[in-house]
Amino acid sequence: MSEQMSDDDERQQSPPSDLDFASNKARTCIVTGSVSGHTEFQSPYPDQVLENVLENVLHFLTSRRDRNTASLVCKSWYRVEALTRSELFIGNCYAVSPARATARFTRVRALHLKGRPRFADFNLMPPDWGAHFNPWVLAFAKACPWLEKVYLKRMSVTDDDLATLAESFLGFKELVLVCCDGFGTSGLSIFVSKCRQLKVLDLIESEVSDDETDWILCFPEGESHLESLIFDCVEYPINFEALERLVARSPSLKKLKLNRYVSIGQLYRLMVQAPQLTHLGTGSFSPSEIAGQGDQEPDYVTAFAACKSLVCLSGFREIIPDYLPAIYPICANLTSLNFSYANITAEQLKPIISNCHKLQVFWVLDSICDEGLQAVAATCKELRELRVFPVDAREDSDGPVSEVGFQAISEGCRKLQSILYFCQRMTNAAVIAMSRNCPDLVVFRLCIMGRHRPDHVTGEPMDDGFGAIVMNCKKLTRLAVSGLLTDKAFDYIGRYGKLVRTLSVAFAGDSDMALKYVLEGCPQLQKLEIRDSPFGDAALCSGLHHYYNMRFLWMSSCRLTHQGCQQIARAMPRLVVEVIRSADEEEMDVCVQTLYMYRSLEGPRNDAPKFVTIL
Amino acid sequence: MMSLQKKLKHCVNEIKEQGETEAKAIQIGSKDRSKKRVEASCFVSMEVGRKMANMLGTDHDLNFKETELCLGLPGGIAVVAAGNETESSSSPKTNGKRGFSETVDLKLNLQSKESTMDLNKNLDDNGSKEKSGSAKDPAKPPAKAQVVGWPPVRSYRKNIMANQKNSSEESGNSGAALVKVSMDGAPYLRKVDLKMYKSYQELSDALAKMFSSFTMGNYGPQGMIDFMNESKLMDLLNSSDYVPSYEDKDGDWMLVGDVPWQMFVDSCKRLRIMKGSEAIGLAPRAMEKCKSRA
Repeated sequence: MSEQMSDDDERQQSPPSDLDFASNKARTCIVTGSVSGHTEFQSPYPDQVLENVLENVLHFLTSRRDRNTASLVCKSWYRVEALTRSELFIGNCYAVSPARATARFTRVRALHLKGRPRFADFNLMPPDWGAHFNPWVLAFAKACPWLEKVYLKRMSVTDDDLATLAESFLGFKELVLVCCDGFGTSGLSIFVSKCRQLKVLDLIESEVSDDETDWILCFPEGESHLESLIFDCVEYPINFEALERLVARSPSLKKLKLNRYVSIGQLYRLMVQAPQLTHLGTGSFSPSEIAGQGDQEPDYVTAFAACKSLVCLSGFREIIPDYLPAIYPICANLTSLNFSYANITAEQLKPIISNCHKLQVFWVLDSICDEGLQAVAATCKELRELRVFPVDAREDSDGPVSEVGFQAISEGCRKLQSILYFCQRMTNAAVIAMSRNCPDLVVFRLCIMGRHRPDHVTGEPMDDGFGAIVMNCKKLTRLAVSGLLTDKAFDYIGRYGKLVRTLSVAFAGDSDMALKYVLEGCPQLQKLEIRDSPFGDAALCSGLHHYYNMRFLWMSSCRLTHQGCQQIARAMPRLVVEVIRSADEEEMDVCVQTLYMYRSLEGPRNDAPKFVTIL
Repeated sequence: MMSLQKKLKHCVNEIKEQGETEAKAIQIGSKDRSKKRVEASCFVSMEVGRKMANMLGTDHDLNFKETELCLGLPGGIAVVAAGNETESSSSPKTNGKRGFSETVDLKLNLQSKESTMDLNKNLDDNGSKEKSGSAKDPAKPPAKAQVVGWPPVRSYRKNIMANQKNSSEESGNSGAALVKVSMDGAPYLRKVDLKMYKSYQELSDALAKMFSSFTMGNYGPQGMIDFMNESKLMDLLNSSDYVPSYEDKDGDWMLVGDVPWQMFVDSCKRLRIMKGSEAIGLAPRAMEKCKSRA
């Protein structure tokens, strides 16, 4: 088949078109049942036919879980699946090497990589632990130059990597960096100037260093293909005039999220250029200091009203609440609203939220208090996801939200699927109520900020509340627990949390039994992250049967010893067992500060820093 | 009683002048304004506290008028410069800010105060260090040591909230310091931008104009009471005339005119022009604040 096409020439621009050629042949073969007079045609042997058919069929398979299953059927299916997989997801960048990935999946168009464990976000690990994008970009540059999309989470990306991306992948279209670091504005400058086909550049909660290069100015002149530009995490001023010109020449732009250096006056100018926006991050949402007192304020209301397609609104980084009424015209259309950087009161929220009937995703600060949450519950009947963040993220701060707002939400928003709730006080009754009112819950993350805090009305542990959640919410896959919890809570989780894939535990449990319940009871468990809980080596050993099915296990400040971890490492050769200590500790302690272990086909990594010991 | 009044009045004027010049000197050319403000307010409030203590010892019968001695900010600003605390001033505190003011000698020059401040700031900013225990409320357990990475809020978000707080204090954020102004008995609220005025006098004039239609015109041509005029204040407070008060960042209601102008602009959240007879309720609390700091 393949000798007909000159692959080498075409390799640079598009993947080998074996696929198209093969499928044509298959069709001809099957439909006419005869050999045509075509000189290039050769009679395919039966396996080949099967593979051709399979390719066509597997093309439609998008879910990676289905694909993983399909690839296990037989060698033929394995081969074909590998050829047709266009989006490659690797949940732990150390589980498989770039070489192995590119060898198996040769026609990948999109790469999705995750690096550091989540608890690294909370300063529980020294920086420079690893998760470098560099070996990946180099390997793919050689083996899959038709890669178009890269999505990275918690990885270290350097300016050189960005340059490589732009230079080695001619048709590169989408770059999404979530919680990444290691690069700066100079890397961005090179990237945007060379990626002529760029459609998406999303920088989300990433750390971008300021090399004082004007990266906005580096976007090439002429009409741009930009559909999404998100840079709200960039903590430096940008060249606004250049941005304005860029927006003006980007007719396909649908998503624009500005950083806090863009004032509301500047926002106005951009909105006027781009009324077709569907997702908008408003920047500071306050006037710049230069604006005079007597200056004519632009008509913000009209600008918002003109954006008839706007469904997702965020930003408000330095909000002056007086300007909030500007968004009234679009409230009724909003499906997603992110006020999580806007320190507003219930009174300021009410006029907005009372119009947001279609709202499905709502992120907000606890400054709105229980009263604000009650207002949300009264109007947002379509709410699927709620996140309530604390203004004052300390254990002993005042808690403006409590079980009152929580219960109100459960009563008003029956379709709730995902909740993240920070508070200082909670009751079992409210949690039980939510478990009954919101049976569709898939993600339940409750953070009672005071450690070991019981139900503040009854004084009881929070076991029954979380127990009710796992019992009644049959679709639950992600759970984060907090407050005073005994082993009983974990018994419930092990017994009823049969679909739980991700579990986060902090300052909870009484003994090893708790961890045993979970490891023995939750067959779908993939990601387990535990801190400051009294679980020791015995508990660790109880999960040996399951660790190869998990993506990772994180345990910090528990009761593990070197010996215990060593035992695990010996028993399970395909597991990488990392013992992480704090950067300034020289010697290895008997007690293990942090254990991070994950399955891997590659064995111990060669880029581990000094504070990591791989057993 | 009269002699006490006179003494206190003299004291007040002295301190006010001192405080204002200090505050001004600090603020001019100062980059870290919140830090300086702390120093200014601590400095002045300590002065007041000490002098008040001396006075109180002699005679208990105090005049309400003298309550304007107390330079309002109850240490709230001290906290803010040092970290992200938003504690209310409901009870005497024993945490870092108070300890710091107790140990600082009044005669210290600015330099050493700065270093003490920095110490506090570092202590509070670094989440993994322990804070000295404090009880906001006797019913609550003492504050726990802050643990690394708990609560699990990303530093990205924490930093943003901290920055927002700082910039809003420094009054460098946007061009407007809009505050609502309500007047007892008036049918609706007004809004003023405090940044439009450079002194209490200007504000007073503006407010007078704003609410002149509502006043009964009982106090002569200027309409609004000149609240800077101390000799009238006494009559005012006992009469049904109106007195401007404001809510500061801590949620406390103070009499307008206590603190240097810029400090007022930075801490004022809203204004309320209340009847003189009701304003009496403000005075003793202001007194208590002075006492607790003495």
